[in-house]
Amino acid sequence: MELTSFTFKKNVKKKLSDARLQNNMRRFGGRFVEARAKVMQEVDNLEDIRVAAAAIRDRSLAHLDTYLTLFEEQARQRGTIVHFAETAHDVNRIVIEIAKANQVKKIVKSKSMVSEESGLNDAVINAGIEAIETDLGEYILQLAKEPPSHIIAPAIHKSVEEVAELFAEHHHTPKSTDIPALCREAREQLRPHFLSADMGISGGNFLIAETGSVAIVTNEGNGRMVTTMPKIHVAITGIEKVLGTVNDFSTILRLLTRSATGQSITNYVSVMTGVKDAANADGPEQSHVILVDSGRSRLLGSRLQQALRCIRCGACMNHCPVYQNIGGHAYGWVYPGPIGAVLTPSYVGLKEALDLPQASTLCGACQVVCPVKIPLPELMRVLREDSFADGLRPWHERLSVHLWRFTANHPKLYGFLTRYVVKLLKLMGGKSGQIHWLPGLDGWTEGRDMPAPTGSTFRDQYKAQRHER
Amino acid sequence: MSARDNIFARIRRGLGLPTHPEPAEREQALKVLQEKPRGPRPSQVWQDPVQRFIERCAQLSTTTETVSDILAIPMAVASYLNQHHLTREMVIWPGLAHLNWQQAGLSVRVGSAKNEDLVGVTGAFCAIAETATLMMPSGSETPSTVSLLPETHIALLDKSRIVNYMEDAWDLYLSEHKTLPRAVNFISGPSRTADIEQTIIIGAHGPYRVHVIIY
Repeated sequence: MELTSFTFKKNVKKKLSDARLQNNMRRFGGRFVEARAKVMQEVDNLEDIRVAAAAIRDRSLAHLDTYLTLFEEQARQRGTIVHFAETAHDVNRIVIEIAKANQVKKIVKSKSMVSEESGLNDAVINAGIEAIETDLGEYILQLAKEPPSHIIAPAIHKSVEEVAELFAEHHHTPKSTDIPALCREAREQLRPHFLSADMGISGGNFLIAETGSVAIVTNEGNGRMVTTMPKIHVAITGIEKVLGTVNDFSTILRLLTRSATGQSITNYVSVMTGVKDAANADGPEQSHVILVDSGRSRLLGSRLQQALRCIRCGACMNHCPVYQNIGGHAYGWVYPGPIGAVLTPSYVGLKEALDLPQASTLCGACQVVCPVKIPLPELMRVLREDSFADGLRPWHERLSVHLWRFTANHPKLYGFLTRYVVKLLKLMGGKSGQIHWLPGLDGWTEGRDMPAPTGSTFRDQYKAQRHER
Repeated sequence: MSARDNIFARIRRGLGLPTHPEPAEREQALKVLQEKPRGPRPSQVWQDPVQRFIERCAQLSTTTETVSDILAIPMAVASYLNQHHLTREMVIWPGLAHLNWQQAGLSVRVGSAKNEDLVGVTGAFCAIAETATLMMPSGSETPSTVSLLPETHIALLDKSRIVNYMEDAWDLYLSEHKTLPRAVNFISGPSRTADIEQTIIIGAHGPYRVHVIIY
């Protein structure tokens, strides 16, 4: 996916003034929040499960190479070919090599965010191979030539009218805004592709070391189609997604689906191990797993390691007041919301996504809902520190921080200055007591007024009140 | 150095581990894999797993009915199809061929499903009461396509094989088989999507209807 995180502020301005997007976000954004809150009531020991889930993820990460080795051994024993991709570019190369070696002409894809990191579709199509997204949301976006704006609901920014127009244009059918009819239309369009494709590509929600399996969690059934019908299946996932056992998977699954869509479980959970053999009536004859690093190993041992616990439920973005207002595209890469504000700078470089860790009020909602207890606000703060320490922040921001530090370290000077600043601000507030414009902070006062101070500092008031007693 | 070597070297460096893995690391990981600790589960608020399964099915838009014994199944299937104005032609799992489908006026084909099949009838390895989930391992006798391609999926479930949690389902499978099959599909209701305007629509790429007959 094309990176535009470095123009984040510009992206945000555009999205805030996009009336259609604003309307769509307001209409659909809150539904995940309500559904999650409701379904969590079924779980009387949510906190225990969260603690256990975080520990399961931490255990895999602390022994990541050992767990990957065990996964690899089991998977190989069952006939799965395990590939390693150091970069996103390598993912595309490996997929194209497998396709070329098997004379693949058509690929059907179920959702894979990792494949968005490398822009796999474009690479495959440029290599002369047809690639069709089959998740309804991803299919809509492929027609619209847009990237996903949410990791679970990729087309959440689109209204039914926009989908209806796309379908009428591409399917040459009469325009209908009836949602069930549109879903049936997509089914009828995509079914022949499932049956005629030579290769299926899926993501992998998890890898299971104990059994050498790849697990995917889906609702539409396209994930099952893609991994059952074509003769070759390729699963693409990050190296951090490995779990120990099927029991670890069962624990995590309880939180994943509830946190993501507010379902106790998704319609389909598929755990795939190896290839079709004599004991099977259906399934792929070739199975490949591509394990992607692409910046992940860099986080191990760093202050950001906990971000690798992420199980991609999307709860942090659903609950984020910033995401709710700007949508996913403004973040400028594959992962939006608070987790994106941590992962994007980590994977593509802080310099390329400097403003993402700032795109948070640090209200803490993301951390409260995160099923694996990732301290997202703290991680954003770490990145803010790094961007300052590396001298990446703009000069005026660095200068003001230095000035602030100097005065804060000199209490007398601080007292002297604040006494005058407070008086000045009172004057600026005028009769209404509201400041409409602050030099240097006009971005903040553009949308709101600041109540003016009453004219004396805290220190002065404290001194005065102590005397009264 | 291969991509694998480079990635593994970076992982070990990041984690502050010595360049070459110690045998103890592997033993420690294998110990966890063998002990297979179970995580916490939500309290079992139900007494009877069968009752819980039936109640939860309703929330997933899975319909259920209970028959007295296995021989009553073909008639139950026929009346379900009749009630929903569905075809009487169906594809069934090989293991179900012995039932007297003809007597119920049903025409069956045995094996994997094809695109034209509108009704698929399967068994189920077991079911999970917590979430009303069917566990469906793949195999030559249990082709996955029968629960996937047709618009209507009818599953036959032995009531003695409804376990409480997913962990119990894994244990049951691994107590009867040495290794996992090519695919284990956990099915919880008809396929669905909410990708247009967050509106839940039943029936996406898989079945529109899932009906469980408990015997």
